[in-house]
Amino acid sequence: MKSFLKYREIWLLAGIVVLIGLISTRFPGFADPANLRQVFNDTSILMILALGQMVVILTRSIDLSMASNLCFTGMVVAMLNAAHPAIPTPALIVIALLVGLVLGAINGFLVWRLNIPSIVVTLGTLTIYRGATFVVSGGAWVNADQMSPDFINFQRVVLLGLPVLSWIALLVIALFFLVMTRTAIGRSIYAIGVNPTASVYAGIDVGRTKFIVFCISGMIGGLAGYLWISRYVIASVEVANGYELNIIAACVIGGISIAGGIGSVGGAVLGALFLGIISNALPVINISPFWQMAISGSAIILAVVLNARGERRQGRIILRKAEAA
Amino acid sequence: MDTTAQRKMETERPEPSGPSQSASPRLTLSGISKSFPGVRALHNVSLSLYPGQVTALIGENGAGKSTLVKIMTGIYQPDSGEISIDGQATTLPSAHAAFGHGITAIHQETVLFDDLSVAENIFLGHAPRTRLGTIDWRTMRKNAREVLETMRAGHIDADARLKDLGIANKHLVAVARAMSIDARIVIMDEPTAALSMKEIEELFLLIEFLKSEGKAVLFISHKFDEIYRIADRYTVFRDGEMVGEGLLKDTSQNEIVRMMVGRNVDHIFPRREPKIGAPVLSVSGLSHPTEFDDIGFELRKGEILGFYGLVGAGRSEVMQAIAGITRTSRGAISLDGQPIAPKSAADSIEAGIVYVPEERGKQGVVIGLPIFQNVSLPSLARTSKSGVLKLAEEFTLARSYTERLDLRASSLSQDVGTLSGGNQQKVVIAKWLATAPKVIILDEPTKGIDIGSKAAVHGFMAELVAQGLSVIMVSSELPEILGMSDRVVVMREGRVAATYDNKGLDAETLVRTAAGIAA
Repeated sequence: MKSFLKYREIWLLAGIVVLIGLISTRFPGFADPANLRQVFNDTSILMILALGQMVVILTRSIDLSMASNLCFTGMVVAMLNAAHPAIPTPALIVIALLVGLVLGAINGFLVWRLNIPSIVVTLGTLTIYRGATFVVSGGAWVNADQMSPDFINFQRVVLLGLPVLSWIALLVIALFFLVMTRTAIGRSIYAIGVNPTASVYAGIDVGRTKFIVFCISGMIGGLAGYLWISRYVIASVEVANGYELNIIAACVIGGISIAGGIGSVGGAVLGALFLGIISNALPVINISPFWQMAISGSAIILAVVLNARGERRQGRIILRKAEAA
Repeated sequence: MDTTAQRKMETERPEPSGPSQSASPRLTLSGISKSFPGVRALHNVSLSLYPGQVTALIGENGAGKSTLVKIMTGIYQPDSGEISIDGQATTLPSAHAAFGHGITAIHQETVLFDDLSVAENIFLGHAPRTRLGTIDWRTMRKNAREVLETMRAGHIDADARLKDLGIANKHLVAVARAMSIDARIVIMDEPTAALSMKEIEELFLLIEFLKSEGKAVLFISHKFDEIYRIADRYTVFRDGEMVGEGLLKDTSQNEIVRMMVGRNVDHIFPRREPKIGAPVLSVSGLSHPTEFDDIGFELRKGEILGFYGLVGAGRSEVMQAIAGITRTSRGAISLDGQPIAPKSAADSIEAGIVYVPEERGKQGVVIGLPIFQNVSLPSLARTSKSGVLKLAEEFTLARSYTERLDLRASSLSQDVGTLSGGNQQKVVIAKWLATAPKVIILDEPTKGIDIGSKAAVHGFMAELVAQGLSVIMVSSELPEILGMSDRVVVMREGRVAATYDNKGLDAETLVRTAAGIAA
């Protein structure tokens, strides 16, 4: 399975390279390292969110409330910043993580203790969290001129050639990679996704593990809330409306199986990058945004078809002879 | 039942003779081959079914029996070969076509609709219509009752929801459905797997009824006693090929076993010299609000304790409670004299009790994860430090146990899904041994596996107790219980009915105790 996963990611990577090549024929500057760094930076938030969604999907669940969580948390930190500009930005980031964690924990608690399917729980909280944004803000916006310069510029500081936003994305990627491959919780996440029954017998607490993944996706939603608001310098009830679908799309394109248990950090990152490249490149080569939607949609279906074919390959082996081969 | 079907029953009733050589087959499959990508499931197999006779299809797991059933019911298309019905060559391009030819299959878990009524299940797809084209409910109910009557199953209410019936009655409904479409060929794919003794008897009466109605029956089962009891003919498959067929009355069990495995397998249980020590696990007064009550027993060091009972007697439920998977309302468990109260499977594993559930596929291996991760799964607490895995230790653990069990794999990073069934079983065993348990609970350890693998599992159990472990074996197979256990606990309806020393114990006593029949 491992080697096969790598195989799939290599194909996705190859697809991305071909895509960049094709775009370069129309827009020569696109493959320029400086531009690619820019694309990476532009896609950072989506990558981070896709990783948060990935751990949820791996456990056969889904978090539809991530974009609403992002919106709520973003509003909270923006309002805090507007009211108390003295609070240092790193402290606001910690607050964003904690607020996101609370929202994620609510999802997790409902899934774990009340045993409600995650799609129902998060469909509910999707609306609730966005509604809560309206309640805390009274429907008002927080504009660029109300935010402190530090709040806005923190993620734009360039360190060793990359903006802080890109570094945060790289840090999150590294962290997820370690968690998924080197920790007991990462192992449990895969195990309960592949075979929940066997996991129960092996002493893994499936409910608690699901609670934890929702806490993770919540924290990621919160972190993305700060990053989004300070990047687009506006906080409103409309922020990232419908974005949960882009997050899920990135995961699906990245080969994360909606049925759970299959997927990797590399896949989620590449899936997000693929979408990021499409949305960055198509406008500059004068392709209408409607085509952009059609291309992302086709990529999703293509990815699912390819993955389904890959999964079919490991069929039942009936003959002894074939088994030995 | 419509009148034509009824007339048929009266006129077509064959002479009540046993198998006769002269009858021409109703269905003949010849030279059937079927391959899946990279796998040859069936190669040039033949099968004939005769009216009024039961043919047993025998073969180890993976011999190609299910593939053949799917071809006969129009779900798969053969790559080559011929199908003829009543001597006429035909094809079965779809499930609908097979249905049209009167071929119907009754599966282990009946494929009926739980939320529909008995009558609806019987007539789904061919319900009587009114002139307006809507379903004629009155006629449907009436016909359903009639069909059930003819099968002497009048006790089933045609208006009952299917989900309120027991498995045996669901089988009856499935057969009633077969009768209502005037099925001429009935395939029964391990119909007895989930039935109790009494229900099996009822099923056999039903099969006799189908025979007397002149139906051609294909009976698939692992159990020789059932096959000899009910079938007239047999066909043996091995590795996707047909290796023998004939009349059962001319063939001994040993001959058939030899055909199945291609070698002589004398299924002898391993000889052991039990060295039984002090009590390891003692359970007293263990109760659950709905599943079992006042369970008490003792398991001693180096002992195999058999748990016998009818399906649904509560044996697995008790074991799951001891393994911390379900909670009990009352009672005490102690291990090595220390009281324990496992609240989760992790607690039990930590204490040294592991529960190996039945159904290797669903509850055992985690397909998609590599071998070493499967082995270490219940031991994650030991192979990690504050949540961070120590991969080297994990590998060492996996290597030492898989080597002990002589696992055949190119690498421990290989996906378990790529291993054969027998090797997957070894991974499951390695995974539980790696937790260094004191007590291993094996639930139906050999259910549905072939004879060769069974012997391996039995040999392995003998080895475990020889090393000083204690084993609880839940089994519904009498030979296994009698052949392996040192003592036997018999459960009936959620209570311990009796505990026997396995010295001169006979099967009859066990069955009587389990069924609650006085000697």
